[in-house]
Amino acid sequence: MVSSPACNQSTAADDAFRDEVRQFLATELTDDLRLAGQRTAGIFTDHDDGQRWFRILARRGWAVPHWPVQWGGCGWTPRQHAIFASELSAAQAPVLAPQGVRMVAPVLLAFGTPEQQARWLPAIRNGDDYWAQGYSEPGSGSDLASLQCKAVRDGDSYVINGTKIWTTHAQWANRIFCLVRTSSAGKPQQGISFLLFDMDTPGITVRPIISISGDHELNQVFFDDVRVPATALLGEENKGWTIAKYLLVHERGGTYAPALRARLGRLQRAAVQAFADRPADDDERRDVARLLADAACRIDALHALEQQVLAARIRGEDQPIAPSVGKLLGTELRQFITEIAVTIAGPYGAARLPQADCAAHVLALPEDAIWAMSTYLNDRAASIYAGTNEVQRNLIAQHLLSH
Amino acid sequence: MDALFPLSDTQALMQDSLSRWLQDHAPFERRAGLLATPEAITPLWTGLTQSLGLLGAALPEESGGLGGGLADHLVILQALGHALLPEPYAACVVTGAGLLQRLPGARARQLLAGVADGTVRPVLAALEPSGRHDLSQVATTVRSGDGASRLSGRKAVVRAAPYATHWLVSARDEAGTLRLALVRPDASGISRRDLRLADGGWAAELAFDATPAEALLGDAGTDLLPLLLQAADEALLAAGAEAVGVMQRLMHDTLDYVRQRQQFGTPLASFQVVQHRLADMHMAWLLARALVGATLAAMDQPAPERRRAVASAQVAVARAARSVGQGAVQLHGGMGMTDELAVGHAFKRLTLIEHHFGSVDVHLRRVAAYQPLR
Repeated sequence: MVSSPACNQSTAADDAFRDEVRQFLATELTDDLRLAGQRTAGIFTDHDDGQRWFRILARRGWAVPHWPVQWGGCGWTPRQHAIFASELSAAQAPVLAPQGVRMVAPVLLAFGTPEQQARWLPAIRNGDDYWAQGYSEPGSGSDLASLQCKAVRDGDSYVINGTKIWTTHAQWANRIFCLVRTSSAGKPQQGISFLLFDMDTPGITVRPIISISGDHELNQVFFDDVRVPATALLGEENKGWTIAKYLLVHERGGTYAPALRARLGRLQRAAVQAFADRPADDDERRDVARLLADAACRIDALHALEQQVLAARIRGEDQPIAPSVGKLLGTELRQFITEIAVTIAGPYGAARLPQADCAAHVLALPEDAIWAMSTYLNDRAASIYAGTNEVQRNLIAQHLLSH
Repeated sequence: MDALFPLSDTQALMQDSLSRWLQDHAPFERRAGLLATPEAITPLWTGLTQSLGLLGAALPEESGGLGGGLADHLVILQALGHALLPEPYAACVVTGAGLLQRLPGARARQLLAGVADGTVRPVLAALEPSGRHDLSQVATTVRSGDGASRLSGRKAVVRAAPYATHWLVSARDEAGTLRLALVRPDASGISRRDLRLADGGWAAELAFDATPAEALLGDAGTDLLPLLLQAADEALLAAGAEAVGVMQRLMHDTLDYVRQRQQFGTPLASFQVVQHRLADMHMAWLLARALVGATLAAMDQPAPERRRAVASAQVAVARAARSVGQGAVQLHGGMGMTDELAVGHAFKRLTLIEHHFGSVDVHLRRVAAYQPLR
């Protein structure tokens, strides 16, 4: 009897599913969407292209595969989810913003009333709503529980005053979920509430924050006597911290390896091109080949770990620190890969211009090189967002030391 | 013991009974005694053979084994690693028997049956003084004539050689074909120097001068390099499983120590710099464990894919071995430097595994060669 890990065995059904996904991508992922995906240097693709792709997925019933089937989920096996993710990454499909599908939806499913679920979930699923996340504040980053943005109950409303920062894509969002302070009694964690409301409510202003890559993904949002209905409250008043942590665990969850593998393939192709005219025994080519091999090995290990975590989750095993481990390893490997991308870019990596302009001149520039620096700069955020990697190390160590 | 892959009930039971037997009969306090001379290991070997009946677990059924294959080797070595006693199992049952299993002929079958019942301990002698980790660099020769095959040459740091009843010595015949010569340690023309290894194990430096081989294994005209490479890959993955067991012990000991040890009026565990190092050690271990388990599925793929997969797994293992090994010594402070605690011995074992068949760079180069930039 030879036993081997089930997660690595692909069945005929898996192969058929892979073919089905490929078929879909061949017809639905148009060249311009593919290009938008390829040019994505930030964490997500820009709003317009991202939403266009999201609606195509929604029409096929594949926009929210992780959701419960009754809300439009696909009921796939872990293996199918992995296949779907790796095929989309390999095809360079646009990268979708998670604030709706992967952040607010899981907390709505876990903590929302039937009315709240019916009101918000369908519009997320079909792409009508676009959400922003109001968590961090200028004075509250890693120490999130110290947040000060205030909501005061006034009859059937809450009145909100304060500010949120690092609000990704707030300039596109028509909805926002916010952690607000509804009480200053007790520990800081005890007076926090979770509100969901419309971005066009009077008193909300959005200030762009241009990132070090020159992109506009981030914003600061100001709330000035913003009056929202009391039904905006998710769960109980002053019990929002539990919801906030539940969401963070979901934000950190998910798999990194499929997207990283696709990104490595792109680097491999860029490197072949970059060294095409160099001698066969070129030292730098050897160095780069070694760096790529290093990244490949690290992706192998992360993939194995992610599959193991997925399989254990299916068996119903409790894995309290798996999201922290996955976030840490995934983001640090992602950053390592962007470092290699800049190395491959060589002198052209120094140039800064929109990727779309690279070919639009008689003296064309390599788009991969421009993308490389942009993604390197953007990806510094990976070890900061969703709880800094320092905080994740704290969480892992606390778990190890208490078990 | 945290599993490398989902274990069958039989495997779980086997690992559990082996772990308990090792706790009772080979705790760390007895380890030095078991390694004092090559002969002192006998109680461990007898235990594996007679009390536990484990030697045949992984071996083919037609040779008196239970057919568990490499998966069972990994399960067993993870437990032996935890006890810091991988030999002679790794060298004799994983590599030695692994070679015999794939060699044709009645003699190989017979020896294999001997491994399963504990009477035969075959050890591969392959690397040479100037050959680094290259199994193809073989200057040792075997020449046939007068009804005998005679072996001449030198083999370097042959791990577990002093434990062996038979050596499988790689050598080139008249045609330059790589063969395996079966040699008994009491044959004539052998110079032998037994060596203690840094991890407490045993090896030997061997030289042969017209030494008569009992037999030449394999078919004439068939070069055995592919077979040796496969055996090396299996040995490497098995060492990875062993390392996962060693690291598990080190993490446990280190977490215990930093919780208890007080400095500046507070446990070491309260310092964030210590916490972060522990988190990094733990993650390196998680990655190594997952990839060793997953690589099992790649072992029956064609040689290039198999070699790449094993090299990748060894990169994860070697990095984890360094992170966990050095981290454990550092966090134990002066106590990590003493010969009295298991931590130092586990660190030394991990260090040897890290360099097993070449450093991280050797394996990274192998992965890079699989996908050249051209």
